Amino acid sequence: MTTVEQPLGLAGPKRGRMARGWRTLRKAPFSAWFGLVVILAYVIVALFAPWIAPYRETQVFAEPFAPWGGQFALGTDQLGRDMLTRLIYGARNSIGIAFATTLLSFAVGVTLGLIAAMDRGWIDQFLSSVVDVLMSIPSLIFSLVLLSMFGSTIPNLILIIALFDSTRVFRLARAVGLNVVVMEYVEAARLRGEGLGWLLRKEILPNIMPPLIAEFGLRFCFVFLTISALSFLGVGIQPPTADWGSMVRENATLITYGDVTPLLPAGAIALLTVAVNFVVDWFLHTTSGLRDEH
Amino acid sequence: MSIRGARLSSRGKGDKLLEIRDLHVEGFSDESWHPILRGVDLVLNRGEVLGLIGESGAGKSTLGLAAMGYAKPGCRITRGAIRFDGIDLRAASEAQCRALRGARIAYVAQSAAASFNPAHRLIDQTVETAVDHALFSREEARRDAVDLYRRLQLPAPETIGFRYPHQVSGGQLQRAMTAMAMSCRPDLIIFDEPTTALDVTTQVEVLAAIRNIVDEFHTAAIYVTHDLAVVAQMAHRIMVLRHGRTVEEAETREMLSAPREDYTKSLWAVRKLAKPEHPAGAALLSVSGVSAAYGNVPVLSDVSVEVPRGRTVAVVGESGSGKSTLARVITGLLPARSGAMSFAGQRLSISLAERPKDLLRRIQMIYQSPDNSLNPRQTVEETIARPVAFYRGLRGTARNTRVRELMRMVELNEGLLYRLPGELSGGQKQRVSIARALAAEPELIICDEVTSALDQIVQEEILKLLMRLQREFDVSYLFITHDIATVRAIADHIVVMHKGRVVEQGPRHEVLSPPHVPYTELLLSSVPEMDPDWLTRLITSRETGRAERPDRETSPRG
Amino acid sequence: MNPVIRTILQRLGFGLLTLFVVSVVIFSAIAMLPGDFAKAMLGQSATPDTVAAFQREIGLDRPPVERYFVWVGHVLQGDLGSSFASRTGNRRTVAELIAPRLYNTMVLATMTAVISVPLALGLGILAALYRNGWFDRLVNGVTLTTISIPEFFVAYLLVFLVVSRGTFAGTELAQLLPAWAAGTIGWLLNLFPKFPILSNVSERTPFAEHLWRAALPALTLTLVILAHMMRMTRAAIINVMSSPFIEMARLKGKSPMDVVLRHALPNAWAPIVTVIAFNLAYLVVGVVVVEVVFVYPGIGQLMVDAVKSRDVPVIQACALIFAGTYILLNLTADIVSIATNPRLLHPR
Repeated sequence: MTTVEQPLGLAGPKRGRMARGWRTLRKAPFSAWFGLVVILAYVIVALFAPWIAPYRETQVFAEPFAPWGGQFALGTDQLGRDMLTRLIYGARNSIGIAFATTLLSFAVGVTLGLIAAMDRGWIDQFLSSVVDVLMSIPSLIFSLVLLSMFGSTIPNLILIIALFDSTRVFRLARAVGLNVVVMEYVEAARLRGEGLGWLLRKEILPNIMPPLIAEFGLRFCFVFLTISALSFLGVGIQPPTADWGSMVRENATLITYGDVTPLLPAGAIALLTVAVNFVVDWFLHTTSGLRDEH
Repeated sequence: MSIRGARLSSRGKGDKLLEIRDLHVEGFSDESWHPILRGVDLVLNRGEVLGLIGESGAGKSTLGLAAMGYAKPGCRITRGAIRFDGIDLRAASEAQCRALRGARIAYVAQSAAASFNPAHRLIDQTVETAVDHALFSREEARRDAVDLYRRLQLPAPETIGFRYPHQVSGGQLQRAMTAMAMSCRPDLIIFDEPTTALDVTTQVEVLAAIRNIVDEFHTAAIYVTHDLAVVAQMAHRIMVLRHGRTVEEAETREMLSAPREDYTKSLWAVRKLAKPEHPAGAALLSVSGVSAAYGNVPVLSDVSVEVPRGRTVAVVGESGSGKSTLARVITGLLPARSGAMSFAGQRLSISLAERPKDLLRRIQMIYQSPDNSLNPRQTVEETIARPVAFYRGLRGTARNTRVRELMRMVELNEGLLYRLPGELSGGQKQRVSIARALAAEPELIICDEVTSALDQIVQEEILKLLMRLQREFDVSYLFITHDIATVRAIADHIVVMHKGRVVEQGPRHEVLSPPHVPYTELLLSSVPEMDPDWLTRLITSRETGRAERPDRETSPRG
Repeated sequence: MNPVIRTILQRLGFGLLTLFVVSVVIFSAIAMLPGDFAKAMLGQSATPDTVAAFQREIGLDRPPVERYFVWVGHVLQGDLGSSFASRTGNRRTVAELIAPRLYNTMVLATMTAVISVPLALGLGILAALYRNGWFDRLVNGVTLTTISIPEFFVAYLLVFLVVSRGTFAGTELAQLLPAWAAGTIGWLLNLFPKFPILSNVSERTPFAEHLWRAALPALTLTLVILAHMMRMTRAAIINVMSSPFIEMARLKGKSPMDVVLRHALPNAWAPIVTVIAFNLAYLVVGVVVVEVVFVYPGIGQLMVDAVKSRDVPVIQACALIFAGTYILLNLTADIVSIATNPRLLHPR
């Protein structure tokens, strides 16, 4: 089209963006809304666990494997702890630890990835080779080895998983960073004489936020599943801390009697990751123009 | 009148091959359907070449594809009739359309490099359609393909087909694609901007090859382009499209000599823009004996250029000539290996990091594509305000006043201040880039192909704006371009570059008038002119001169 | 040198380097054990002499670099040391402990791969072909769900289905539902074969019986990796389908099937093979969890037990095998991508 001067839309700087966000949200499909509501519910349960749960986290009753209903809505576990209470506290522990791990892995991965992208010299080469090596190691297996060396404490768990996970964040941050660093607007800012801080904060980060946010969702799911798997194997989060992965293992025998109780914590994990995936899927479609038709 | 002209007048009796009536096509974007074509009629006779011309978004490619009964993904034909040789393509089944495509209606795309499948050899792709439609056996088809390659003057026609697309140059690929389109001897070929991505000197060869083969097989063609001078060489008849509607349609010569509509006339505008040449004054920037390299690949050798204050120096050359590298060396992004530069009488450090802020301010740069040079996350206001605050330290009201002043200088409405670049047109974006450069109050602006991504009319507006700003602020331009027409319009001084060297430089009138250095001669003579006989004349004159110098393209790599 | 050979040699070199780094990390597992480890291992009754003898045996008295090379030398000869756990009773070498387990795991992984890879490719190509149709939407929704859920959830869900085949009619849920609904569910459940929910096999189990008992673990793993492979196959093809040469193929009158098989697929092999390798490598990891759920005597379960009892030589051996397989698979994928790239195969 030729330059027909558009009619003036006198939108202010702030209002425009808010309205844009809301418009997108209103058009979101059912799956995305479902995902958002589920995530919100999980966050509320995790934050207010002590006020929501009927009992204390490690309170033991004299009745192990109690059936559903009555005093214990979802029965009790193998030691006689209330299942519902454990599930609610489990939200807090499992999500909290996975979230902290993901945050750490992003802090490390994004910082190093962007430094590598800006540098494109020997720092980049060094970091990239280290990451290449780390990525060709099966992370669950090595988490097992490292945990057996250093012991299954929560800080160790967070550090080890964040280390392996940050390699994937590094790769992504470097790749999207490289795409933006070569853009002429970054070059224009360099020519203007802007410092590294401005370049990273104002020119690069805003332009790589959408893929990073989406990746945060996906990495969170992955970390969450890894920690659950480790806990399920008995080398992750240790008792008596309530955690969904360990709860599945502890109550697994019930399933052979046709009792669905062990599926509850497993389902709780599945529901959250499905919800996050739905939201990420929608987010990717709206932000990156990954619509199939174009 | 040439032989071609004679044939043209004897034709016209040819029966109707393609007829499009009241065609409407819509495209899906921003969650809704928008019209692309709004009722276009088109009639094409056997053996006739119709030129479709218009600016980006005029719907010319969409119309070309519709002639094959095809709509791009995300587009749909909503109304109208398409009849090809008596077959109603809109009523025809998908299988019936497929049987026509490739066999009776073929397509030649803009980017041959992207349109050839990288996984298969050229010859396998060339013969694919003919073999599929069982017109030839594979062996016959291959022999025929070699014959077509030869007719299209591809080097080493016997063996070039056994190469993969990435092993062949762009101009050769475009000819190979024409061979592919010809393989079934279709009744109609759609050429969709087949030479737009090529350098001018390559374009001439491809145009000549296409024209010859279309003539030879008496194939009807629709030739889509935005370049009037090119279409003038290729088409018997020209149709001008705008906003999905036909503006004007006439025989080529008639259209060129007497365009009726104002819009059609305006398409010539940039050719008419002319600035009086000013004599050079004292040098503002002086580059002497500069060489530069990317790694071990030398890209500039011994380049010396001077930019006088308040003047426009145009650096012209084809892709790979090193003209953009020169800009990077002057700005300090690519430190020169040797040589010296000075700015306003002072030594200019070769590296960006060593230049003081005030020096950075005095040299500004505007890029080819505003899509890449404007941060998509910053509003117009943020983009323009940053240099104001950064170099002049203005805050609050003073800053806002200055930003609005700059908007007025580049003729942008204040209502656009809080838009993001994605919400502006191409011309508006380029004005924002200019305002950002102007905000620094520079003495030299390096313009790197600033108009080549824009439509003709917008190009003219931007060039006019740049000329006005030069008069008002006495700013110098180093204008890098491949477009000779632009150079003719605005340069005071011309530098011709080829393969990293300056082959010729001097005041505009000297460089543009003979005698020329051989490369300048080749470059200038390759620029299509608005004369239907230009290509014929040029080819004839080159063939007579060929005896004296060897062929330019002898190896298949080109 | 031919760029293909050069690139492949580079990848091989990189694979060896990775293997070296991996072996160093694995080796450090034993070198970095706490000082009182021997005592803890041998129990309170151990005399100073036996502790010293044990430390000498695992080589804690020599410098680490020397021990590393001795260890690598032994590993290369197939000597992986002896299990700590077997110390008190009859000594068992790690090799004889691992061999049958490795065989079991290989059977399970192969079973899964044979089912899932062709299925994933077929479904992925179909979904790409009928993009945005109902089939694609359905498959997209289902796979998006299955890739996000943990393996043990899938595993226990399958167990639950098998278990409730006969018992569903008696549950409270069945009484709550209308009779026809309960009947339908019961009928559907009965369609589900009565797979064994414990996959206890031994060397004496006949091969067919072995496969039958490994059915549920294989099914679980298939469900887990199928979705991912299929989505990536679809994405790889769709990515290629947006190229101008695909539009060209359409404009040459090729049928949709031809466009996908002859024009898109040859350019999508590299990403597809990478995805297959990635998922087979993931099998190596996923197998650990699934083996634990179904008590399948594979190498994954062995490793988890060893981690719990800190049986370092066994951990090292398992980790080496897992890492080696993983690296080998990724290397294969790299080489296939290189060997199918026309730009490398046919340099200018």
